[in-house]
Amino acid sequence: MANIKNVTKKTKAQAMGMHTEVLTGRTQQKFFNPDEAENFYYFGTYDVDFNKRTNLDVIDMTAAEANKEIDNLMSQGYGTIVIKNPQGKHSIGVGILNKLNLIFEGSLGYFGIGSCDGPTVRINGRVGWSCAENLMAGKVVIEKNAGSCFGAAIRGGDLICKGSVGARTGIDMKGGTIIIGGDAGAFTGFMMQRGRIIILGDVGINLGDSMYDGTIFVGGEIGSYGSDAVDAELTKSDQDWLKRKLKVAEIGENFNVSKMKKIVAGKKLWNYDNLEPTEKKGAI
Amino acid sequence: MCGIAGLIHRGKSSNVGSELQGMLQALKHRGEDSTGYALYGDTDGKNFIMRFKVGENVGEGSTSVSEDVSVYDERKKIVDQTLSELGAKIVKEERTLPYSLRYELAYDKKDLLEFSQRIENIPGVEILSMGKSLEVIKDLGNAKAVCDRYSLDKLVGTHAIGHARMATESGVDIKSAHPFWGYPFSDVSVVHNGQLTNYWNNRRALENKGMRFMSECDSELIAVYIAQKMREGASLEEGMKDSLTGLDGVFTYFVATKDSLGMAKDTMAAKPLVLYESDDLVAMGSEEIAIRSVLPQEIDTYDPFDGEVKVWQI
Repeated sequence: MANIKNVTKKTKAQAMGMHTEVLTGRTQQKFFNPDEAENFYYFGTYDVDFNKRTNLDVIDMTAAEANKEIDNLMSQGYGTIVIKNPQGKHSIGVGILNKLNLIFEGSLGYFGIGSCDGPTVRINGRVGWSCAENLMAGKVVIEKNAGSCFGAAIRGGDLICKGSVGARTGIDMKGGTIIIGGDAGAFTGFMMQRGRIIILGDVGINLGDSMYDGTIFVGGEIGSYGSDAVDAELTKSDQDWLKRKLKVAEIGENFNVSKMKKIVAGKKLWNYDNLEPTEKKGAI
Repeated sequence: MCGIAGLIHRGKSSNVGSELQGMLQALKHRGEDSTGYALYGDTDGKNFIMRFKVGENVGEGSTSVSEDVSVYDERKKIVDQTLSELGAKIVKEERTLPYSLRYELAYDKKDLLEFSQRIENIPGVEILSMGKSLEVIKDLGNAKAVCDRYSLDKLVGTHAIGHARMATESGVDIKSAHPFWGYPFSDVSVVHNGQLTNYWNNRRALENKGMRFMSECDSELIAVYIAQKMREGASLEEGMKDSLTGLDGVFTYFVATKDSLGMAKDTMAAKPLVLYESDDLVAMGSEEIAIRSVLPQEIDTYDPFDGEVKVWQI
């Protein structure tokens, strides 16, 4: 482990009060220097023009071929790509670390739009399991239904499903917002750590089970609460945020947000206290 | 992993053999150790169709052994003799492969328990299916290989369920392949994706009630469990709903009868299922691409929720 020492020489970030310590020894830590920003190279990104539009028919392509072609089109500067005939194929539209308008005319299978950072994606059909897993930033809109593990482990961005979703929506999510226009299945928000989930319809059993943090808003009925998921007061600030978010998401703009339920972590399962295991059991 | 698929045409017949082959072939990446079909064909309903095997196709991890064709011939003779003793007349006989046979039988008794016990008491013989519409065909290999081997693509009927298997709980052989017949009920079949964790407890209890297990495959339990519930007077749907608490583990399964098709999903919703439903067709599979093989146009599909049971009639 690196030694932590106070040193007199300051970087710009330290001068701004962002860091008071410097790691010495063998460390991988790097500080962002705004003066050098233009020299930073983000692998897999291209300068694209949103007005430059093209179609890509993937009916006879494998997922790998389709993804490679999307990358190739971005490298040519296409900022709007319309995918024709996805036909429920798996793992399409993954690993896009770029600003991009990506439109799917049809449905996706499993693991669509995985590990993306930045694109705006519209899917005119449905999606299978694990859509937009690990999304870092961007916006993904699904016009129909979605399968289970929708938005698993996302870190940021907006993920919107206008229909209903399966089980374990937002499992392990660490940021961002998931908005569901219809109903959601069991274990929604399971082990979520940060971020927000909005469900306008009903939700299944074990809502927010073992959630560490984050917030879930539910407009309909709740099947049951999971371990350590508790009700919280819906504030005026929450309502304003919900209205704004639903409007931007083009979903439920006229929904009566004042009736929504707010669910948060009770934090009784947190391991950051001094409770003995037997005491912890009692707390649960 | 395994993949399951099923479809039911309501109000008409179609080429279900070819359609199910396409659906299962689309799922072959979920497992191609073995593939099985339960096809409900158009028949006049007079005779029973018995699909049975007199030997095994042995793959990796199987507890069975490969045997000489002469052994199969000997077993077939004993089956024929036993059928005669039971009062069943062989109307038509087909031997697709040395170990796999299809008989059309004129048999007027409704209770198939004694019938099945007598036939399966012959060492090495297993009834794959018995019914007036149902035919279970299963063997090693992917959907296309099995379909070609048994010439299933021409079969016309109303509904079908099938299974592409990746062997995990038991060996690669026909006895562990799906679908399983709902012994001793005519025209009942089951396919399953998942793992059952209270298999042995349930198996012991069911065996004490006189039910039989032909393999060590946990999925067989579903067929036997529901068959027992039906023996006790439950409807198919009631038996399936009961299974959600009686069976422990993760599962999505289909059950088909002569005139209906049902699905059940465990309360954890841990196994996938995509469903398409319209007035004249219901198609479902572990993945959307299975449905796409019969409905390439843009359609509305959805995932059934946890603990959901649905049954459709033809």
